[in-house]
Amino acid sequence: LFASVDRVNAELFTLTYGAVVRQLLTDLEEVEEVNKQLDQMGYNIGTRLIDEFLAKSNVSRCVDFKETADVIAKLGFKMFLGVTATVTNWDAEGTSCSFILEDNPLVDFVELPDTCQGLQYCNVLSGVIRGALEMVSMKTEVTWVRDMLRGDDAYEMRVKLIKQVPEEYPYKDDD
Amino acid sequence: MIGVGKAKQYANVLDKPLSRGRQEVSLSAFAFLFSELVQYNQTQVDNIAELERRLEDAGYAVGARVLELLCHREKGNKRETRLLGILSFIHSTVWKVLFGKVADSLEKGTEHEDEYMISEKELLVNRFISVPKDMGAFNCGAFVAGIVKGVLDNAGFPAVVTAHFVPIEGQQRPRTTILIKFAEEVLHREARLG
Repeated sequence: LFASVDRVNAELFTLTYGAVVRQLLTDLEEVEEVNKQLDQMGYNIGTRLIDEFLAKSNVSRCVDFKETADVIAKLGFKMFLGVTATVTNWDAEGTSCSFILEDNPLVDFVELPDTCQGLQYCNVLSGVIRGALEMVSMKTEVTWVRDMLRGDDAYEMRVKLIKQVPEEYPYKDDD
Repeated sequence: MIGVGKAKQYANVLDKPLSRGRQEVSLSAFAFLFSELVQYNQTQVDNIAELERRLEDAGYAVGARVLELLCHREKGNKRETRLLGILSFIHSTVWKVLFGKVADSLEKGTEHEDEYMISEKELLVNRFISVPKDMGAFNCGAFVAGIVKGVLDNAGFPAVVTAHFVPIEGQQRPRTTILIKFAEEVLHREARLG
């Protein structure tokens, strides 16, 4: 899947993302505000990226949230970032799980200075997932539980399904 | 523990081995991110010049880091000290790493001694962007101009760098030219070095 899409050097992507974060820190000053803005940018991206994903990946409708999570981890991350994530730590109801990133192309060359300890550097990713899932009728809450930039041993995102919005007639599908 | 990644932790980013730089992400991932960069900056300005300046700033930060990275990785900790050397470093090495190809052309300005131009038929950042009429001469290439300026400044070649559209006959889309105008001191030093 990844091989079939146009690609660019990951360093250009990483450094550009770094430039975005740096601009936000300069403009907004408060780390909390930067977190919010990064999440918003991710959300905007997610709402657009889902179209490309559905068009190119040939996945059909997922039966449940579990399958959705697997598709994101195995295909979604692969198609856009060239990496895969692991899905784990399901709750009993099957409505929340963790994505664990083995490789994270956003954080190369990055070290959080003391003044930015509250910064959720990768917040764009959680925003993307939230935005993309909202477009397929799933309201979610995505939070970071582990972050290697803050000294943890992995990148872990917790995704919680809040509400599955039933699609209303007329269905938008062609079938 | 389930799913602990293979990525190793380093106390300090400088302890981390330098990657070979072969990793890739999808072009759309970059295009989406870049589009957010442009849209965010649009909310922060009230004129085109200011928007281009902010994109240039963002690019500058990338250029400064690319210079450092590539000098370590590709040039055995050496950097160019001569004008043509640094220009061809940008035109070939930097372009190749960032955009996957050398730039289409590198030319010297015919009217001014201190001007050089790097041209690209289809600059990566302009590929998905159509500039609305009311935004006139706005060029997202300002971001790439910023990268070039970041490399030049930090290598000791201060310059003013701007991006322009140049129409090509018979083609619908113009090419992008990055115009580099070196500071006087750079040309003096170059003349002294002979």
